[in-house]
Amino acid sequence: MTVARSKPILTAGKYAALLAYLTFALFPLYWLLKIAITPDQLIFSEGTTLWPSSLTLDNFRTVLFQTDFLYYFGNSLYVSLGTAAATTLIAAGAGYAFSRFDFGGKKIIIAIMLITQMFPLLMIIAPIYKMVASLGLLNSLTSLIVVYTAFNIPFATFLMQSFFDGIPKDLEEAAMMDGCSRFQALRKVIFPLTLPGLGATLGFVFTAAWSELLFALMLISKNEAMTFPVGLLTFVSKFSVDWGQMMAAGVLALIPSCLFFIFIQRYLVQGLTSGAVKG
Amino acid sequence: MARIELKDVVKCYGTVEVLRDINLDIKDGEFIVLVGPSGCGKSTLLRMIAGLEPISQGDFLIGGERMNDVRPRDRDIAMVFQSYALYPHMDVARNMGFSMEIRKDPANERMSRVKQAADTLGLTALTERLPKALSGGQRQRVAMGRAIIRDPRAFLFDEPLSNLDASLRVEMRLEIARLHQKLGATMIYVTHDQVEALTLADRIVVLNGGDIQQVGSPLELYERPANKFVAQFIGSPTMNVVSVTGGKNKVTTADGVAIALPHLKGTERAVEMGIRPEHIDVVDVNAGHLIGIADVVEHLGSDTNIYVDVEGLGPILVRKHGNIPAKTGDRLGLRIQSENAHAFAADGVALRQTNTNEA
Ligand SMILES: Nc1ncnc2c1ncn2[C@@H]1O[C@H](COP(=O)(O)OP(=O)(O)OP(=O)(O)O)[C@@H](O)[C@H]1O
Ligand SMILES: [Mg+2]
Repeated sequence: MTVARSKPILTAGKYAALLAYLTFALFPLYWLLKIAITPDQLIFSEGTTLWPSSLTLDNFRTVLFQTDFLYYFGNSLYVSLGTAAATTLIAAGAGYAFSRFDFGGKKIIIAIMLITQMFPLLMIIAPIYKMVASLGLLNSLTSLIVVYTAFNIPFATFLMQSFFDGIPKDLEEAAMMDGCSRFQALRKVIFPLTLPGLGATLGFVFTAAWSELLFALMLISKNEAMTFPVGLLTFVSKFSVDWGQMMAAGVLALIPSCLFFIFIQRYLVQGLTSGAVKG
Repeated sequence: MARIELKDVVKCYGTVEVLRDINLDIKDGEFIVLVGPSGCGKSTLLRMIAGLEPISQGDFLIGGERMNDVRPRDRDIAMVFQSYALYPHMDVARNMGFSMEIRKDPANERMSRVKQAADTLGLTALTERLPKALSGGQRQRVAMGRAIIRDPRAFLFDEPLSNLDASLRVEMRLEIARLHQKLGATMIYVTHDQVEALTLADRIVVLNGGDIQQVGSPLELYERPANKFVAQFIGSPTMNVVSVTGGKNKVTTADGVAIALPHLKGTERAVEMGIRPEHIDVVDVNAGHLIGIADVVEHLGSDTNIYVDVEGLGPILVRKHGNIPAKTGDRLGLRIQSENAHAFAADGVALRQTNTNEA
């Protein structure tokens, strides 16, 4: 870090800017946590103090054992993991094809995929409802996986395509010269180098599905098929906005996302392809 | 066994023909160098031989067997890529042994081959490094190691030395020459570098705009270029070409100096004369064919380059061995070694020499 030695003021400024940003970005999360551990009777009386005078885990206990929260949580996990897996699998295949092959209709397919991203969701919610209803899939988690997958594929495909584009074609060709079939080259050389891309796509799709509310609200009305964001709304009606429990549920809902990103973050490290070519 | 033949091979991208009527017969163990200006189709030709690019028309044979539609992996050819294309997630040893790994050769045999290749290429201490922790020259050698590990029927090299510094290039050039001697394998080598081409090749193939201009030994191309393009492409510095009027056994320059060329046939058709810089002597002002003023003098130590401005003909480059005591502004006489002169007809084709029995 030559910069650090020669320009301490600049470095300090940089860290100050980072700190300011972090405070701004993390403050809502802090507030979420704060309210979750504040005893109910103090929420309104203590107002906006930064730290409550006493702490409690009651909210967590209630949410976990006296509501259907765990149920919603499981549903959400199932839907999000299913969506992430299905989307990433399809997007990886499509992205590879777009990146490596020239085929008839490629431009048109890409154009159509782009167009699907242009419609506001509200516009297509009614037709989607009709389609899902006529398939008899209302109130099923499968319908959510199908719909989410369909919606996420275009973006995920472009994401994967750009990751494949970043891997020099020479590597595959070298593998083929070394005796690989195209599939072997894909598995042994390209796949390991695409792990960051797969990780990023999985993470992106997982989070998108995890926090989706609109379709879940529309297609699910039965309690046992509710996902977490829909379930969160039940705190509003049932307990006349039980802030403490709602926030506790929110904190718990962050856990899988965090775990997921901790799990994939080692694949997100950059520079996996460095050294391949004489740059 | 590894004779490689290309018969009337054509390559098109869409409607654009990038290679036309390529006919080449490469003998087993021959070292062929492809040269030509950028974009002339050298890499494309190499990739067609490798099987990475489909052949649009014509036949491609290895050892007498038609290979047009055979997959790269079944052609038993190794290629060193212009970009090296090392597998970034594998260490040096695994990079080199990858082909044997794919072929499921026994691991101990693979290890010993890798070790042997690493020793040959001076990579022994680096076998556990990842490519990103290697210098350009080391990466280049790993790429080479990956090719030699499995003694294939033929080696293809696409400008393997183009990114190395001058001294490393010389070193690797010698390494490749040694490798060819040791393995005796057929090698096809693409380069932009004159010296690489002239020193390594058994035969050089000169390509231009998708056509083969000439195929021949380095000396043949230097002494008997088939046309003006080859004459100017091979040899460094470039051959001087001046406009002339043809005549019986002679040509006449624009300012009326006649130069006898008895060794060429059909000098009546000549419109240009070519003379290499090293085939012009500096003489007393009135003793030579031409008179000019030294414009720039470059002393290279072993040689001297003199750019002479000849009135009516334009600049002529003279290269002499040793240190010539000429200075800018000197008036010099130039004597053309007419026995080494070339003449070209209007279509650029070189006039044939009487003392050779070319067909
Ligand atoms: N995929 C492609 N589609 C269309 N034209 C192509 C394609 N690949 C190469 N070409 C064209 O084919 C010609 C030959 O290209 P090639 O790469 O073989 O040149 P080269 O002789 O290797 O050049 P260089 O010395 O710069 O490497 C070029 O004019 C190039 O534009
Ligand atoms: Mg090239």
